Amino acid sequence: MGNYFIRRILTAIPTLLAISFVIFAVLDLAPGDPTGTLPPQIKPEVRAQIREALGLDEPFHVRYLLWMKQFFINEPLNILEETTGITFPGSEDRLRITSWSSRGKPVIDLIVERVPQTLWVVGFAYLLAVLIAVPLGVIGAIRQNSIFDQISTVLAVIGYSMPTFFTGLLAIVVFSVNLKWFPSVYNTTLEVTDWASFVAQIKQMAMPVGVLAFFQTAALSRYTRSSVLDNLKQDYVRTAYAKGFRERYVVFRHVLRNSLIPVVTLVALGIPQIFAGAIITEQIFRVNGLGALLILSIQSFDIPTVQTVTFIFAVLIVAFNLIADMIYAVLDPRITYQ
Amino acid sequence: MKVTRLFTPMRLAILLIALAFVLAACPGGQQAAPAEEAAPAEEAAPAEEAAPAEEAAPAEEEAMPATGRGAGGTLTILYWQAASLANPYLSGGTKDIDASAITLEPLANYDENGEIVPRLAVEVPTLENGGFSEDLTSITWKLRPDVKWSNGAPLTAEDVVFTWQYCTAPDTGCAQISQFEGIANVEALDDLTVKITFEGPMPYPYNAFVGALTPILHKAQFENCVGAAAQTCTEQNLMPHGTGPYKIVDFKVNDVVIYEPNEYYREPDKPYFSQVIFKGGGDAAAAARAVLETGEADYAWNLQVEPQILQSMEAAGLGTVVAAFATNVERLMINKANPDPGLGDMRSVNVYVSDPEYCSELPEDLQEYCNVNPHPFLTDPQVVQALSMAIDRSVIVEQLYGPAGRLTCNVLPAPERYASTNNDWCLTQDIDGANALLDEIGAVDTDGDGIREYNGVPMRILYQTSTNSVRQKTQALIKQWWSQIGVETELRNIDAAVFFGGDPNSPDTYGKFYSDVEMYTNGSTGVDPQLYMSNWLCENVSGPWNNWLGNNVPRWCNPEYDALYKELTRTADLDQRAEIVIALNDMLIQEGVMVPLVHRGSVSAYSNTLKGVRMNAWDSEMWNIADWYREE
Repeated sequence: MGNYFIRRILTAIPTLLAISFVIFAVLDLAPGDPTGTLPPQIKPEVRAQIREALGLDEPFHVRYLLWMKQFFINEPLNILEETTGITFPGSEDRLRITSWSSRGKPVIDLIVERVPQTLWVVGFAYLLAVLIAVPLGVIGAIRQNSIFDQISTVLAVIGYSMPTFFTGLLAIVVFSVNLKWFPSVYNTTLEVTDWASFVAQIKQMAMPVGVLAFFQTAALSRYTRSSVLDNLKQDYVRTAYAKGFRERYVVFRHVLRNSLIPVVTLVALGIPQIFAGAIITEQIFRVNGLGALLILSIQSFDIPTVQTVTFIFAVLIVAFNLIADMIYAVLDPRITYQ
Repeated sequence: MKVTRLFTPMRLAILLIALAFVLAACPGGQQAAPAEEAAPAEEAAPAEEAAPAEEAAPAEEEAMPATGRGAGGTLTILYWQAASLANPYLSGGTKDIDASAITLEPLANYDENGEIVPRLAVEVPTLENGGFSEDLTSITWKLRPDVKWSNGAPLTAEDVVFTWQYCTAPDTGCAQISQFEGIANVEALDDLTVKITFEGPMPYPYNAFVGALTPILHKAQFENCVGAAAQTCTEQNLMPHGTGPYKIVDFKVNDVVIYEPNEYYREPDKPYFSQVIFKGGGDAAAAARAVLETGEADYAWNLQVEPQILQSMEAAGLGTVVAAFATNVERLMINKANPDPGLGDMRSVNVYVSDPEYCSELPEDLQEYCNVNPHPFLTDPQVVQALSMAIDRSVIVEQLYGPAGRLTCNVLPAPERYASTNNDWCLTQDIDGANALLDEIGAVDTDGDGIREYNGVPMRILYQTSTNSVRQKTQALIKQWWSQIGVETELRNIDAAVFFGGDPNSPDTYGKFYSDVEMYTNGSTGVDPQLYMSNWLCENVSGPWNNWLGNNVPRWCNPEYDALYKELTRTADLDQRAEIVIALNDMLIQEGVMVPLVHRGSVSAYSNTLKGVRMNAWDSEMWNIADWYREE
């Protein structure tokens, strides 16, 4: 099995290289121009000079190879230097991937700047969704067609069918405009140092986390419920009951273990999505995390940022696919990889 | 296995109850709709000037309470486009220029009436006080002696000289380079005196170092950032030293900028706030809501929101909507070249002159393109006049722009002394008149398909613009009016990053103009229109010879216009200049080069507790932030 995963990791390398090429090529072919967002008063010749200063006049393969070198050699070296404090030769003129729209801010620094709020809001919402959805789904399945099941089903259908841009605005109108409980603008510079700032952090997280968690809970609880329902009808469950085990024992020892396997995989596969941020929710509440960074970079045609962020997502998705497969093997002894 | 139904009667009942709660929570019902209008970034320009809901800036005159520096707590400013950097020489977007205007200062500003007021200079040099030389070739600025950078170093004339060198260095990619056009040299006569020498007589010498586009940079900080290095100077571009009231203490790119008072600021009891938060992101409607309905923010910029929504928000009584107008005009550009795809490489390639004799007067490299490919019917000014007469501009202004729009019939609607009144026939729609005019010139429908023919060519128009909900609604209205005069219109919209981008390989840029008519906004930078009027000179005709980068997009050329423009560049007297500019403007309208639609302003909102705001369309909206204060 160790061999299997080593082989998987090795095949991931050409996959990722191919992905990086496709992303770069697609972005290069896309019509558009970073100077397109400048005011009309700026003359065309000046725009041409700006494009030149950004290195856009180099041929495709030169730009691609330069990006590869920056991403796979320069950036890792830089991270190494920053974490260990050792300076490698040539550190001064090592070119890093820099954002066009902010003229020189390294993209990796931009990402690092934005990871905290994305993890706080999107990550926390995901965690909350998992914590709520699993018990909700399990209880709903065991007590099928009870009032509890009916209510949770209806809520799930509502949550799943209402887009976050609607629930988000609804929440702002109700809780910010009318009740004035929570702020509608997320303050990314808030540092939690004492009780008051902690309360402020909770308050500003409440709406975006609530909206996102509502949406994710809905999908995940439906999935858990049907998975548990499937297992409840299996012969081994009937056998367990026939042996005289109490319901609690049957559910926790037999049903849960079997029915949560696909749920765990689903949760693991969803983790890269956290890093992708929640584009719409971040936009509505001005969380300005990774999702907002990506959409803004696309709009302003900041190719180095779009390329780097998308590629990091690709790496995460490949990695978590692998992790999901590993978890599968650990959870289910029947599965072995050859 | 039993098939489970999604909606049992019980579930339906619960769903209905839940829905009832949701609706009950929704005040007035409609509010919740996501008011789009997140108009594309292209608009970012100092363009975006908006109209005062109650006209002319609210001059709640200063007389700031003597409270002392930093006494006022936090000031929150919302820009729905977040700032990317604080160096206007590398950006050019309004959001970035405004972020820098809080800390960087020019020698002089434009006030809300477009008048020049000194800032870092002791006074504005003029012919009267001798600062501007009699022969119009040099201007001498004297700096205030008491100005310090936010790190304590004094401001010197060397900083001004350096700023010029920085922007004009090759490879810097300076976005404001046209402000320095015509300057031969900038030199420091002594520590506090700067002399700008021009290449020739410069009747309007106030382009460089006046207004937020060209503030002074600190030489000691930017010394190593000249030329190609400018692009990699992150620290400098994000946190430049400033002489202004506030200094940048934290800059999260495309998110938020934090300012604190500059302890070396020259006025001891200013600025009033201990912290300024310049927050970006979201959309215009949400920014308006945060100021007008929830009161979380004190100031919100560029509120391109449906007029009705803005009105209902303002009714909450927490804030005020203000607007100001500079020179931006949403207009139709008329293609004087034939954009027929069948022409291949020669599509939209032409230099149109009304009298073929002029061809020999054109610059040599353009002569071979003279009238090679004229548009089949839009070269006739009377056709364009009929198209213009058919448009009801008041409907566009009232329904789509609200406080952010005014009627105009000119390419240059402001300042007042430059605004022509000779084209005001366009203010009222005249469909019958337009029909009569087309009949008169013989453009009648001969084959009975409802579309007129001009010399046998059916009058079908391809009308393109950038993707933006207001623009698409304008397109739809105009299409309908034109159909009433027998002109068929096909509409097209293109993503702003493509349309306004200058990629010479893209067929969809405004410069290539592969359509009969296109619509966008343009205007003059600053108060003086000379640079703006140069857009329509013959030498600026857009075509393959200049990589489609020429500003003369209609491909119209008139040696008389060029001659008149030349006269403008030699005239210093303001009244004479106004006369010439009006004549230039009228020539553009009467020859059917452009059809002005709306004079566009910028709309902002501020909290009723915030005092001292003087909304300004001629300079950065943040131009007088040093005087802002709060009064509960």
